[in-house]
Amino acid sequence: MTLTAKDVAEITRLLEQSNFDELYLELDGVKLSLRRGAGAMPSARSSAVQGQAPPPAPPGPSSSVPPARGAPAHTSSDAPARAATAGSASNHDIPAPLLGTFYRAPKPGAPAFVEVGSSVDEETIIGIIEVMKLMNTVRAGKRGRIVEILARDGALVEYGEALMRLEPTS
Amino acid sequence: MAEIRRILIANRGEIAARIIRTCRTLGIETVLAASEADRDSMPARLADRTVCIGPARPSESYLKIETIVQAALGVQAQAIHPGYGFLSERAGLARLCEENGVLFIGPTATQIEAVGDKLRARAEAEAASVPVVPGGAVDSVEAARSLAQRIGAPLLVKAVGGGGGRGMKRVDRLEDLPHLMELASSEAGAAFGDARVYLERFVTRGRHVEVQVLGDGAGRVIHLGERDCSVQRRYQKLIEETPAPGLTRSFRGRIQGAGVRFAERLAYRGAGTVEFLVDVERDAFYFLEMNARIQVEHPVTEAVTGVDLVAEQIAIAQGSGLRLNQRDVQPRGWAIECRVNAEDPARDFQPSPGRVSEVAWPIGPGIRVDTHVGSGSRIPPFYDSLMAKIVAHGSARPAALDRLREAIAATRVAGVATNLPFHAQVLADPEFAAGGVDTGFVARLLRRGPSSTETPSHG
Repeated sequence: MTLTAKDVAEITRLLEQSNFDELYLELDGVKLSLRRGAGAMPSARSSAVQGQAPPPAPPGPSSSVPPARGAPAHTSSDAPARAATAGSASNHDIPAPLLGTFYRAPKPGAPAFVEVGSSVDEETIIGIIEVMKLMNTVRAGKRGRIVEILARDGALVEYGEALMRLEPTS
Repeated sequence: MAEIRRILIANRGEIAARIIRTCRTLGIETVLAASEADRDSMPARLADRTVCIGPARPSESYLKIETIVQAALGVQAQAIHPGYGFLSERAGLARLCEENGVLFIGPTATQIEAVGDKLRARAEAEAASVPVVPGGAVDSVEAARSLAQRIGAPLLVKAVGGGGGRGMKRVDRLEDLPHLMELASSEAGAAFGDARVYLERFVTRGRHVEVQVLGDGAGRVIHLGERDCSVQRRYQKLIEETPAPGLTRSFRGRIQGAGVRFAERLAYRGAGTVEFLVDVERDAFYFLEMNARIQVEHPVTEAVTGVDLVAEQIAIAQGSGLRLNQRDVQPRGWAIECRVNAEDPARDFQPSPGRVSEVAWPIGPGIRVDTHVGSGSRIPPFYDSLMAKIVAHGSARPAALDRLREAIAATRVAGVATNLPFHAQVLADPEFAAGGVDTGFVARLLRRGPSSTETPSHG
């Protein structure tokens, strides 16, 4: 028994119609884990994710720039350092929504969007990622306080890389 | 001449692993641009560095031109190797590289555009005195009759605005032409709102033969022989070999010459393949298209010529030009390749993604395996199902065939279904063993049902 792409698509559809948020299926050495929604859940990836369902469109705010949707954060033994990790139990890593050059300020010399200690909500802009001269704003995606800035200004950040660490507030 | 010290590989799978291998021998650093699904893949482990460019879906990662170029600039790679598929034949990537001072390991954007447009490619072929499938547009029964006389039967009447077989008629006897042309024209008018039709020679028995070329971009082109890729299922190549079996010396010379002329006409830069349809019954060949990239099946050419095509691609891209003359290319022996796909022949070749629990690839003299799959590897459902290419080289065709049969029999893959039983069946088939099968061979073989011979288990 093996899973085809069609099977995965069918299972994904069933999950979408159900009341469940997560599905974990294991058969004959094939492991499939699906999670509904794009909520940022910085959990370590299952080591045998077979068919990660294409993430449904994020329900977040619509704007002309890619929203800082909760790209699943990953831990990976051979991935470069600085990949998003779970951190302390309550803290949350804000992942880069795309690969590009990260800037902490709207322009050179200007004050940074946020500093350690800044309070943010879901909509607060925390930085810019440039891809071939196209500027994409990155939003915090979660309400809280910035406790650590991980990505360097002007550095290349990868998709899913942790940019900042946030202590959520209710 | 800009020396390339670091290359960004904008691809995945076996071709990414294969490019890394050559870069290592050349002392060039590699950065793999990988999607989230490929972060832990074998190529990601082989590369000096991996950057994650986006989610698994190709449209959000491997097909994003700006992201790829940004990644190359960000990691300070001097060049991008696009592999095959994905962005390899997108003029947009070549152009954005040109604009940003990144070397694109491939042809110019203009050349990609020239061969990507079917009509333009056909016009270039005619201008280079390369034969194309005889035919043309006709606006009256009289014009059709006189053209049909020159083409000869059987021929096809096709709708100019059509596709999908509608408005298409096969004419076996020229006296049926007026009637069938009228029928095709009215069908085309109803289906596409365009009643215009054209005639084209119908090739009853065709073989797919292609010529490997290398060009320096300044007008000098050499060929590295031809490959026969007639073992296809629904236009998907499954087995390729070089040289093409059963061609006369003069036919071989003519088809190779035509491939070179086409590439010369474009002042082609880099490695490319000119594909031809060989009309077995008429002993003729016609230009189909040019692939402006490294081909999946390039290892058979490497096996007989001893030329590392990826190394030549890199040399040309960094301005070293063509390091070979035509007389330096002296093919030795015969090479045949099987594409091992995660597809289940018992379920109409449905893709079979999953985790490969155990794999044993063949080893031995004259055997080469290009793969990114080891025990524990995952075959994600988002990409093509190619797992490995098993290539056998021998002094002559029977020797290569024997080695390949043994290699296929020795291959073990557990966890996902593969087309290994299909390969065993083809290699045991007397028609294939005789050599020179046409593109209808696989369909005929599958109609006969599965072979009764023992096939390797595939878990």
